[in-house]
Amino acid sequence: MTTAGKKVRTGRRQDVVFPIVNTVILVLLMFITLYPVINTVAYSFNDGTDALRGNIGLLPRVFSVKSYESILTDTAVYQAAWISVSKTIITTLLNLFWTGMLAFTLSRKEYVLRRFITTVMVLTMYVNAGLIPNYLLISRTLGLSKSYWVYIIPTMFSCFNMIVIRTYITGLPDALVESARIDGAGDFRVYWQIIFPLCTPVLATVALFVAVGSWNSWFDTHLYCGGQKNLHTLQYLLKMKLATTQASANAAKTTADAMKSTTQTTPITIRCAITVISTVPILVVYPFLQKYFVTGMALGSVKG
Amino acid sequence: MTVNRAKTGAKKGGIGHFFRILGGQWQLMLMSIPMLAYVILFNYVPMWGWITAFQDYKPKLGVSGSAWVGLKNFQWLFGRADFINSIRNTLAMSVINLVFGTVSSILLAVLLNEVRVRGFKRTVQTVTYLPHFLSMVIVVGMAQNIFSSSGAVNQLLLSLGLVKEPVFFLGEGRYFWWLVGVINVWKEVGWNTIIYISAMTAIDPSLYEAAVIDGAGRFNRIMHVTLPGIKSTFVILLIMNIGHLMEAGFEIQYLLGSAVVMDWSQTIDVFVLQYGISKQQYGVATAAGMFKSIVAIILLVAANSVAKRLDEDTLI
Repeated sequence: MTTAGKKVRTGRRQDVVFPIVNTVILVLLMFITLYPVINTVAYSFNDGTDALRGNIGLLPRVFSVKSYESILTDTAVYQAAWISVSKTIITTLLNLFWTGMLAFTLSRKEYVLRRFITTVMVLTMYVNAGLIPNYLLISRTLGLSKSYWVYIIPTMFSCFNMIVIRTYITGLPDALVESARIDGAGDFRVYWQIIFPLCTPVLATVALFVAVGSWNSWFDTHLYCGGQKNLHTLQYLLKMKLATTQASANAAKTTADAMKSTTQTTPITIRCAITVISTVPILVVYPFLQKYFVTGMALGSVKG
Repeated sequence: MTVNRAKTGAKKGGIGHFFRILGGQWQLMLMSIPMLAYVILFNYVPMWGWITAFQDYKPKLGVSGSAWVGLKNFQWLFGRADFINSIRNTLAMSVINLVFGTVSSILLAVLLNEVRVRGFKRTVQTVTYLPHFLSMVIVVGMAQNIFSSSGAVNQLLLSLGLVKEPVFFLGEGRYFWWLVGVINVWKEVGWNTIIYISAMTAIDPSLYEAAVIDGAGRFNRIMHVTLPGIKSTFVILLIMNIGHLMEAGFEIQYLLGSAVVMDWSQTIDVFVLQYGISKQQYGVATAAGMFKSIVAIILLVAANSVAKRLDEDTLI
């Protein structure tokens, strides 16, 4: 009797204390997550020379929009933005087109090549030739370096995404395909007219994954197009700015005063402003797709 | 019609039937074979490049013209302190990532699972997913601001009186592994909860009700219902991650590292890049990459066989 009463009481106390502690922890976590982001925004709106003193928190110390002005008058930024946007759109569309069709064929149990193709595809998730052989293939054998196509052609397919879509299609009722086949529809029509429209949620997920991956990539530029200024992407501009701020940060350690003689807007505020501009598109899109990619991730991880 | 033909064909067997079915499935083949060819070209053909690991490869001479050197590239690699260092760094950072990543995401998933206000839960999720979508270039840029000598972390440590002088997190090698671990947690903790939370929603609610009737408080419900409920997911992910121990990441080390901290920051991938692309020693770099791939395959096969054995008793 007494022990049972005690148990209920500790249970109740936990039910009161726990939610409070939990809320505090989660709010703190959100703060830690957002702090660097807001800090970057604060830097981007700060005066360049003043920003060299560091120690800027959640608000700009000396407000200025100079960094944005200098970016928005820089043709290199426009060119990079154009490359980033166009390659992201093309890569995403091609991925959806090919990956979706492949996933459909591999979801059809009667397809005789299903096992073979599935094995070939899944193995690529585990075995990789490595950086140098891939580099030699793309740059020497295929001659894609210093070309726009290096952003498109090597990134047209991802096995993980294919498995996500295939798992989704497998979950659709078989009768859909069968009845359409009995009505005389070919596989193309079955896919494009019946399966494809039903796959919108999963295709939205995959589109998000591919688009974010393409938008965020910088290493392909670094490896294949570093010397081609007209093929630089936003992320690669950021990467170059990162290298220069790194160098100036090392210099500042020894001669902080020497930095004051540099130009009005220094790389750090410019870098933060480009960061903000290149992040806004993602920030606008992903919360709306949250419901989709959460299920998409669960589908892919279980079967992957 | 083809469906029926395929079914009867499969029963009868025979090579003629096989080709007749294949003919009936030409549309499926047209939809899948281009990608098969693509994957073979981009994922399997480069494996021929492994031959260069046994050569003193000169791009001008090609594979057929370059001199064969046997295992000399591998011997050279293992005689180098910086290669041994990069193996150590790769393993150290991936173990730190694995432990930090797993513990933090399970902890967060448990906390989120206890939130009863749906709007709040969704807000926390949306916010913590955000860093996953940021590129590593951006994340490293932020980390440089936050961890610099005048950055937020040093300000906090100084104001709490934990340190007297600002700590040079970015300038001293011994902090590097932990910095990478912390940054990766910041970036991925929210995202990694997705799979655990979906495992938690599959737990039978009656288990919680029964626990409440037995007088279990929140803590006991977490310990005895929630955590056992995600055990199989945990084991599967752990095994998969052990298979990826050679993947400590590449971007973060490459971007965050500098000459000062190179002894701690250089992973095998960065080593390959340095020697292969910057110094054009293709043979050596390919050998290093091949070593990494082979160890990764061994780890994977081992992890998979452990997984299969566990599947019979533990995972159910």
